[in-house]
Amino acid sequence: MNWKNILTVYLKELKDSLRDRRAIISIIVIPTLVMPALFFGVGKIAAGVVSKAKQETPVIAVIGGEDSPGVTGPIRESKKWRIVETAADWKQQISDKKIRAVVKIPTGFENNLKAGQLDPVIIYHYEGELKSGMAVGELEKYFRDLRERTVAARLAERSLPETLIRPFEVKRENVAPPEKVGGNMLGGIVPYVIILLCFTGAMYPAIDLTAGEKERGTMETLLCSPASRIDLVLGKFLVVVTGSLSAMLLSLLSMGLSAAVAGMIFMNKGAGTKLAAAAQQAHSVGGMPTIDPAGLIGVVAMVLPVAILFSAVLFTVALFAKSHKEAQSYASPMIFLVIMPAVIGMLPGIDLNGRLALVPILNLSLVCKEMLSGVWHWNYIALIFASSCVYAAIALGLAVKMFNREDVIFRT
Amino acid sequence: MIEARHLTKTFKDKKRGVIPAVSDVSFTCRPGQIYGLLGANGAGKTTALRMLATLLKPTSGSATLLGHDVITAAREVRANVGFLAASTALYGRLTAREMICYFGQLNGLDDVEIRVRTERLADQLDMHEFLDRRCEKFSTGMKQKTSIARTLIHDPAVMIFDEPTLGLDVMAARAIVRFVRDCRDRGKTVIYSTHVMSEVEKLCDHVGIIHDGRLLAEGTLQELRAQHHEQDMEEIFVKIVGGDKY
Repeated sequence: MNWKNILTVYLKELKDSLRDRRAIISIIVIPTLVMPALFFGVGKIAAGVVSKAKQETPVIAVIGGEDSPGVTGPIRESKKWRIVETAADWKQQISDKKIRAVVKIPTGFENNLKAGQLDPVIIYHYEGELKSGMAVGELEKYFRDLRERTVAARLAERSLPETLIRPFEVKRENVAPPEKVGGNMLGGIVPYVIILLCFTGAMYPAIDLTAGEKERGTMETLLCSPASRIDLVLGKFLVVVTGSLSAMLLSLLSMGLSAAVAGMIFMNKGAGTKLAAAAQQAHSVGGMPTIDPAGLIGVVAMVLPVAILFSAVLFTVALFAKSHKEAQSYASPMIFLVIMPAVIGMLPGIDLNGRLALVPILNLSLVCKEMLSGVWHWNYIALIFASSCVYAAIALGLAVKMFNREDVIFRT
Repeated sequence: MIEARHLTKTFKDKKRGVIPAVSDVSFTCRPGQIYGLLGANGAGKTTALRMLATLLKPTSGSATLLGHDVITAAREVRANVGFLAASTALYGRLTAREMICYFGQLNGLDDVEIRVRTERLADQLDMHEFLDRRCEKFSTGMKQKTSIARTLIHDPAVMIFDEPTLGLDVMAARAIVRFVRDCRDRGKTVIYSTHVMSEVEKLCDHVGIIHDGRLLAEGTLQELRAQHHEQDMEEIFVKIVGGDKY
């Protein structure tokens, strides 16, 4: 192994890649733009939808309640919704989103209220539909207020204090610092995005430096030089790792900036998104929803061996191909193998344990989620880092072995 | 000096089994001589030359270049060889100067040596006009000149040419032929593979006719003509490979 040769190959391949528009797009442009697009694009759309839904007066219908004017009167007079006549096919109208909710008031509601024997008020709605949910929220609030007023009146009639039925209050107080709030909120999505970009960042250079070079006929030219095969493979491989890590670091940087800017914008607008909610929550304890820098450093450290693993696997697979196109057809389906464990890691309820700590990618996703929310299980961290290093070393060994195989290099 | 002794190479194929590409080929190529390896497409020329350039390992047999064994001293062999083939392309995104410099560095030359040799080669090959332009925009002639400069940057004692004129126009092919002659005149050991009979007649001092991986005949042009009672190289070739049955 000759480090001078490795450096020569590395610098040449890096220069070559930086002059390639497609490599620039996959390594620099996409990782830099994906986060602002996610925060501002998706965030803006979500904020717009919620804002529009809030401005729109929900259309509701009332079934029954003719014998209870004291209850239905305020409902009909309220400006919070618009009442329409109840059609025979009101359920279909809810499904068709022509009306958002229907409230059914039992017969003799007011009389029975005094007697203390009541059938429930039923609110019909469309589960999961935002505007329907907002209409239900308003209706529930109305009936909750009515219930509380009724209870207060009954207690007053009997000269009993309100504390009789509410002996104590329960309040929530956030003690999590802003970075933990941000970590919890972003802990799921950050590892997913990092893992994905780490893989896609390595994909293009891995293909271009192997199958691409075979296709262009420069591989044979290169193999004629006195540099050993291991020098050539390591020089090239380091460029692939550089691509992978650049994509990851740029995405992190871009994400940090986007989160800060988006947090400020959405918090000011009070858009009601998840992000804004977290921003508000974090703001209440004195800051923006930032991510713990220690968590981020931990994520970068844990991603290193995985970037090497991705680079080595992609390098090996692409090396086997005869052309760029063939290599892409091998490498592209591998994205699913990367996404699947990353998505599983995002799911709530999946916690890190000894067995999962040995599953590549999933272990990274889980440990990153923990680190970003301030949880540091050092035994798992060590196990995951060590196992990732072992997998990366095996994959790199395989890449070197493949590069030494004539039937792979001169495959026709 | 190149010495090939019982050089054999087989490839394994899942469908076709073991395929012999080169079988028991022996020849010697001396400094100041051009050894022409003449054969049809698929005869085993490229495989034989790739073994000499250490790109492929022989299945059996051996070869030495300047006394260095292609198996045990592959690095030393490559350090003394210039390999030019139709299939050895240029890096399109590098300039001609960067391309030459890269191979100079891989051959262990220092920056000053590379600069001096690049200037000298650019003078000899008339490359100054395009030396700092990217190879992707080059004409065939410019590409050939850059490839030649890349091959010569470390001033190798042995030159291996594998069908270097394949796909070139007349002018570019003539430039290559002139360059090959120049290598011989400077005392380099030259091996040249082709399937073009006229090139053999123009260039080669010694000829080996290879067919189906076997070296069927060897000698100077005069010796081959005398042995086969023919003047035309094409007729000699057809006689040797049993071309009448094709």
